[in-house]
Amino acid sequence: MRLELGFIPIHDVQFADTSRVEDGVLYVNAEDIKALVLKDEHISSVEVELARPGESVRITPVKDVVEPRVKVDGPGGMFPGTVSRVKTVGQGRTHVLKGAAVVTTGKIVGFQEGIIDMSGAGAQYTPFSKTQNVVLILRPQDGLSAHEHEVAVRLAGLKAAMYLGELARELVPETIETYETLPLLEGLKQHGDLPRVGYVQMLQSQGLLHDTYVYGVDAKKILPTILYPTEVMDGAIISGNCVSACDKNPTYVHQNNPIVHELYARHGKDFNFCAMIITNENVYLADKVRSSDWTAKLCEFLGLEGVIVSEEGFGNPDTDLMMNSRKISEKGIKAVLLTDEYAGRDGSSQSLADAHVSADAVVSAGNANQVITLPGMDRVIGSEAYVGIIAGGWDKNKMEDGTIMVEIQAITGATSEVGFGYLSAR
Amino acid sequence: MQKIRIVHYINQFFAQIGGEEMAHVPPQWREGPVGPGLALAAAFGQTAEIVGTVICGDSYFNEHTSEALPEILDMIKAAGADLLIAGPAFNAGRYGVACGTVAKAAQDELGIKAITGMYVENPGADMFAQDVYIISTRNSAAGMRDAVKKLAPLAQKLVSGEPIGASSEEGYLPRGIRVNLFEKDRGAKRAVEMLVRKLRGQDFTTEYPMPDFDRVAPQPAVKNISRAKVALVTSGGIVPFGNPDRIESSNASRYGRYDLENIMDLTEGKWATAHGGYDPSYANRDADRVLPVDVMREMEIEGKIGSLFRYTYSTVGNGTAVKSSKAFADEFVKELIKENVQAVILTST
Repeated sequence: MRLELGFIPIHDVQFADTSRVEDGVLYVNAEDIKALVLKDEHISSVEVELARPGESVRITPVKDVVEPRVKVDGPGGMFPGTVSRVKTVGQGRTHVLKGAAVVTTGKIVGFQEGIIDMSGAGAQYTPFSKTQNVVLILRPQDGLSAHEHEVAVRLAGLKAAMYLGELARELVPETIETYETLPLLEGLKQHGDLPRVGYVQMLQSQGLLHDTYVYGVDAKKILPTILYPTEVMDGAIISGNCVSACDKNPTYVHQNNPIVHELYARHGKDFNFCAMIITNENVYLADKVRSSDWTAKLCEFLGLEGVIVSEEGFGNPDTDLMMNSRKISEKGIKAVLLTDEYAGRDGSSQSLADAHVSADAVVSAGNANQVITLPGMDRVIGSEAYVGIIAGGWDKNKMEDGTIMVEIQAITGATSEVGFGYLSAR
Repeated sequence: MQKIRIVHYINQFFAQIGGEEMAHVPPQWREGPVGPGLALAAAFGQTAEIVGTVICGDSYFNEHTSEALPEILDMIKAAGADLLIAGPAFNAGRYGVACGTVAKAAQDELGIKAITGMYVENPGADMFAQDVYIISTRNSAAGMRDAVKKLAPLAQKLVSGEPIGASSEEGYLPRGIRVNLFEKDRGAKRAVEMLVRKLRGQDFTTEYPMPDFDRVAPQPAVKNISRAKVALVTSGGIVPFGNPDRIESSNASRYGRYDLENIMDLTEGKWATAHGGYDPSYANRDADRVLPVDVMREMEIEGKIGSLFRYTYSTVGNGTAVKSSKAFADEFVKELIKENVQAVILTST
């Protein structure tokens, strides 16, 4: 499967009467987006705001972040099985508004999670302080159930991103990158002398606001399966979770999965990147046992010699991570794990909720309990009313001078366990 | 700016008194730098001065610690030191233990900053890495130049009170305290590099060494449960509606103690979860799903258990530091013991 990504760089975002892209500026007609989003009867109102890097702006709570992309050639459309009709994606050509993002906010179900600061001390912890953000403030209809509410907000972000992505359809990309994974046997012929490597991505699947969707299927209900890595670039995996926002993968991160990209960067040179395996992190023990059995089995079946395993979340999924580590290692396959840590605010507690001797090669995305002081901002998109109750906050953590103290676990993407960021700990 | 006053501790070998045959020499004082102190002094330049050197034989120190240590501390104190540098000891075991002991005592008893250097396998490293900053050195004195290069800047930060970076940035041995840092390469790139090295059989360093995991063996079964007083304790965050103790949804800093007297069932709107780590809908609808008071009451009435203890203890286990959890339990277990509770049902989520 072969996919070309055509990048159209975006370095500014502005409101305008007509949505379009010109000279690297994304012009947005807010009314068009509102009309689109309000087609969903579950949404009662939506406002659109813009947030640019360096501005004194805080976005909170954050539900999801999505990159505007459009499928210009090849089967299927963006977010298959969720917004576009279900169809296997990952081949042909896709255009990307690189540097732009749709961010969804508003009161979210029970939990209110996630902070994106566009400047100040918090900005360096979130990748979305560097994107030109089109922010949707969403209000659901009264009386919606929590689960219906979550669906409505999730779909609104995806649809807005598709609307903006559509603006890139006829544009000429500044750069084009090609990614290709051959069917297993052909790949072995081409790269027979190189070690066979795979990527095991663990998907958050612990329930409401802890879910992930694969071609529209709730990841709680999947058995571990195989993807061509290019499929995720077309939105095969989308986020339905944001609680403890530091280590949850927004849809944007799935679209740009950095492990997939870093593996492609050395594919055909240092190893043969054969396949991507996805598995889940359900809360029942039987599910954990079954999924880790299947993951190890698929690694073995594909003849992999090495894998990278990335976790999503912490605590309960640490047990899934260790089961995967143990079972994959028992097959004689070498594994590197990617996780973050909850070592306490002073860094002196045990970092994970589980451990296993096979986990001898671990990349850490940092200690999420580290406390940070965020300056007050001139403008808040969403509401700061929840910063005391979000995961990583505490009662009365907002000071009189407007500064807020939180653990970095409250910051969207701060300790990305797919290694999107640079943070680590020792 | 005033120069930092340094006292340097070294053994008989580095003082060029002699090898093993001279290891019995007792503590002695020399003005100014001696041996490796010259390289150290050069590394500090104008910012610091080695005012004197304490020399002690390794055998003497280890065999007569109770006499040698106070004598050495007196010398350091008399010199008016701001900073004690011991060694580096590289892989010399007794020297490492002496350096660690002197450095820790200088911190604890004289209240001055102290630093040393050792090879990771030096027995002194294991003994003192949590108490004293120990620069990670090679296993022989051939690593002196490298060691000094890392030692001087870290010592300066210690004295000035500047924030100390992570062990990998500053070059000290991990102290069991996790410190965040920004790496040059993103995590995904580091993971791929680590995988390539592991596949090739090359050296690599894990960023998080697995701890000795604290696994608790279950107690033997309660002999006569039908007469036992049983308590319910949970990390599932069940609290009276409104979360009166403001228990955090993640990394809880506190727990609640709630009265269950006359409560037969945890009902919606009266009880809920404060936990941020799972779908709360089902626990909020019926908190007995996490904290099974209803079933315990039935068993109480049926005589299957003796009684349900009047109070329940609840916290949020979501990303909560193990150290905090231990501290909570240490506290409330006292009441459980005092009240003759014979069994605890601990529910998690």
